[in-house]
Amino acid sequence: MNRFAELLDRLAYEPGRNNKLRLIEAYFRAVGDPDRGYALAALTGALSFKHAKPGLIRDLIMERTDPVLFGLSYDYVGDLSETIALMWPRGTSPLTGHNNPPPPTLTEVVTTLRTLGKTELPRQLARWLDELDETGRWALLKLVTGAMRIGISARLAKTAAAALGNKDPHEIELIWPGLTPPYTELFAWLEGHGEKPANLDPAPFRPVMLAHAIEDEDFADLDAADYIAEWKWDGIRVQAVSGRDAQGHLQVRLYSRTGEDITRSFPDLTPSQHLPGAIDGELLVMRDGRVQSFNVLQQRLNRKVVSPKLTRDFPMHLRAYDLLADGDNDLRELTFAERREKLEAFVKKLDDPRIDLSPTIAFENWEALRAARADPASAGAGADAEAVEGVMLKRRDAPYLPGRPKGQWWKWKRDPHIIDAVLMYAQRGHGKRSSFYSDYTFGVWTSGEEGEQLVPVGKAYFGFTDEELIEIDRFVRRNTVEKFGPVRHVVHEPNQGLVLEVAFEGLQRSTRHKSGIAMRFPRISRLRWDKPPRDADRLETLEKLLKADTAKNLVTSDNH
Amino acid sequence: MRGSSPRMTAKHRGGTDYIPKMRPQDILSPVAAGLFCKGGNFHVDPVRPVERAVITHGHSDHARAGHGAVLATQETLDIMRLRYGENFAGSTQAVRYGEEIRLGDVTVKFHPAGHVLGSAQIAVSCKDTCIVASGDYKDQRDPTCAPFEAVPCDVFITEATFGLPVFRHGDAALEVKKLLASVTLFPERAHLVGAYSLGKAQRVIALIREAGYDAPIYLHGAMEKITHYYQTRGIALGELKPVRGMKKADLAGTIALAPPTATSDIWTRRFPDPVTAFASGWMRVRARARQRGVELPLVISDHADWDGLTATIQATGAGEIWVTHGQEDALVHWCQTQGLAARPLDLVGYGDEEESETLAEGEEA
Repeated sequence: MNRFAELLDRLAYEPGRNNKLRLIEAYFRAVGDPDRGYALAALTGALSFKHAKPGLIRDLIMERTDPVLFGLSYDYVGDLSETIALMWPRGTSPLTGHNNPPPPTLTEVVTTLRTLGKTELPRQLARWLDELDETGRWALLKLVTGAMRIGISARLAKTAAAALGNKDPHEIELIWPGLTPPYTELFAWLEGHGEKPANLDPAPFRPVMLAHAIEDEDFADLDAADYIAEWKWDGIRVQAVSGRDAQGHLQVRLYSRTGEDITRSFPDLTPSQHLPGAIDGELLVMRDGRVQSFNVLQQRLNRKVVSPKLTRDFPMHLRAYDLLADGDNDLRELTFAERREKLEAFVKKLDDPRIDLSPTIAFENWEALRAARADPASAGAGADAEAVEGVMLKRRDAPYLPGRPKGQWWKWKRDPHIIDAVLMYAQRGHGKRSSFYSDYTFGVWTSGEEGEQLVPVGKAYFGFTDEELIEIDRFVRRNTVEKFGPVRHVVHEPNQGLVLEVAFEGLQRSTRHKSGIAMRFPRISRLRWDKPPRDADRLETLEKLLKADTAKNLVTSDNH
Repeated sequence: MRGSSPRMTAKHRGGTDYIPKMRPQDILSPVAAGLFCKGGNFHVDPVRPVERAVITHGHSDHARAGHGAVLATQETLDIMRLRYGENFAGSTQAVRYGEEIRLGDVTVKFHPAGHVLGSAQIAVSCKDTCIVASGDYKDQRDPTCAPFEAVPCDVFITEATFGLPVFRHGDAALEVKKLLASVTLFPERAHLVGAYSLGKAQRVIALIREAGYDAPIYLHGAMEKITHYYQTRGIALGELKPVRGMKKADLAGTIALAPPTATSDIWTRRFPDPVTAFASGWMRVRARARQRGVELPLVISDHADWDGLTATIQATGAGEIWVTHGQEDALVHWCQTQGLAARPLDLVGYGDEEESETLAEGEEA
């Protein structure tokens, strides 16, 4: 447990993806089975046991410390698990048979927690806390309270495991659904002394094919006749898979584009996947036959509990654009045009209101497609145009290839919204950027009680080039008005300051921001050294844009 | 010395009740400039220029320039000279540990504080009453300075920098092991360790050497002088090189030490993908480490932790505890639960060096 805790501790501070991978990989090399398997399970969220409530661990510490000292400490540290981990008294257990009982292994903790009764939990926890060091106690408490937020995705942990055997993480993704902790056979295969575990899952995930962003100069080499165009939907890419198990029962799964099983978050879609096959498509919210914007979809995502009200107010819909398997037949070797035909037949046979076809866009040449992209509503997307974020181009003769093969699929996004905003505050970045002011808060003008003033509307930390970063960093250092800890207040007067051109995908109401507005996916698209701050945009411009967005959404939700 | 039997000495002292005692606050009392001893006409660690100063150690919040006469250990005087120049005081007098000096109505005696090279606790005695002003201290092992000594006394004046039970500093050698493991794991990156220039840096270097690492260790320009001074006092630190003038690629796989503020600034751009470490007791608390953008926190402190503070208070046998800078509330509360009279002294101006050791603009090397 202490070794696993050390890993978590290090991961929590390490900002770089590659360095995180190295740390996890080194752990997998240094630690044997079954501990590393349970660690992989913990990192991928594959562990399941009843979590302890914060009240329980608070009671444990209150029995052992002076309440005044606990209160002062908790105030200082600000995190319950951490406070307890740090101030847990040494060696208070009367049960200790000898001087140094070995601290529990991760395996011991996980397997014990699976079977432990509720009444036994406090005593068991106390015994472990006695035996572990500060970091070990911290990790244990995070684990048992189910609050392990360390910025590691399941995908990252699997990628680190794949590195053990120089395998492609996709290979792990493929067999993952058939595996259970502690993944002994997986590690045996990765280390070259075992067979590759077979995926016996009747509804497996298949690695997805991705598109390249198209640039203007790319069109010169492309022939419009070779491509089929579709709308690019602003939803969530999913794979909907159904298959019959050995008993002939239909198993239904919904996967994210990285292969995470998200079936449980969308139970309303499960009955619709009633034919064996694998659809590649976009998850959307559909109200009264009309696709809703990403803003609406977002309200359905990341909910712990999927209540009947949620599924009623945000009904899920699958818009299909590819078919990877039809029954037992793998279609991935076929060309896109052939698969498209099979898909049309499959969707027809499904005959389900929650699953429909993503329409193709007829076009003669690139100019015609450019026009369609600029105005999806009149080019066939109709009322769904709000959820269109561009067009997709797919080669007619392309097989379904995992990864991002060159020249097969292209995405051609709609132009983003653009505003000119004024840099107000800058904060240091992390990792490689820790010596640079690379996180920028920017604002637009509004009329306040004291006349014209800037109100912050967003924060961006990418979009600029390395050279631009150096320039902004220099500007920040030379134009700092005040410092608050890591934050610099940068000069922002009508005739003094830096104007940033900010690109973003959409707007949302927000109570967290003073302006009442939150931006989606904001990034710095250009530095406007030429523009005086007084000429930057105004809050009214954003308000107007937001109103246009909300009006569309309101109409549809009123109707049902 | 932790866990030694508490308060034996206090009982011994109880036997001398028939001799009228001085009230402790008549011997030493807090004034704006610091702790003042009326009987001896001197201040302990004054924060503004005074006629006569007795100084516990060389950190800039305790040892300031501009006093008339300064009494301190030879090392502390040397360190002040390095930092402030030849004329940092009107006159100086060096004192050895254990040496007793009479100043007016009182005697003062210096005892090792285990904080940094030359650091001392100052015992001030008048008639039968003894007060120990401990300055900053630690009871953990440190190969670069004399070990802390618990001094029996009536009133113990203690710091409380880490005066909360969440602060427990483990074995510093294990933290250094963590650093070296990271160096092995990331041989293409440089490891940049933030450490206070006086004391912490040299201790970290000595611990790295004890762990068997014998490659050159690189230094930020701001810590070269003081580190060299440690070497002249016979403290073995192995081969040290300035970072200045090194090529970026040649710093891969190396360990470099720098003042904490330098580890998050432009200076770091000369290192290949540096891992930012910070050696400090504050690193025990994750929010503090994260706030500073530290990637590898090393819990290595030159102050006593909670267990060290409480064990030391008991070991002195003092019946009355005055708490100076840090988390006074918790420590005063703890003393009271132990039946000890305790009060915060509310002195201002201490604890500044470590919190905000800053480099003068342009002090980039």
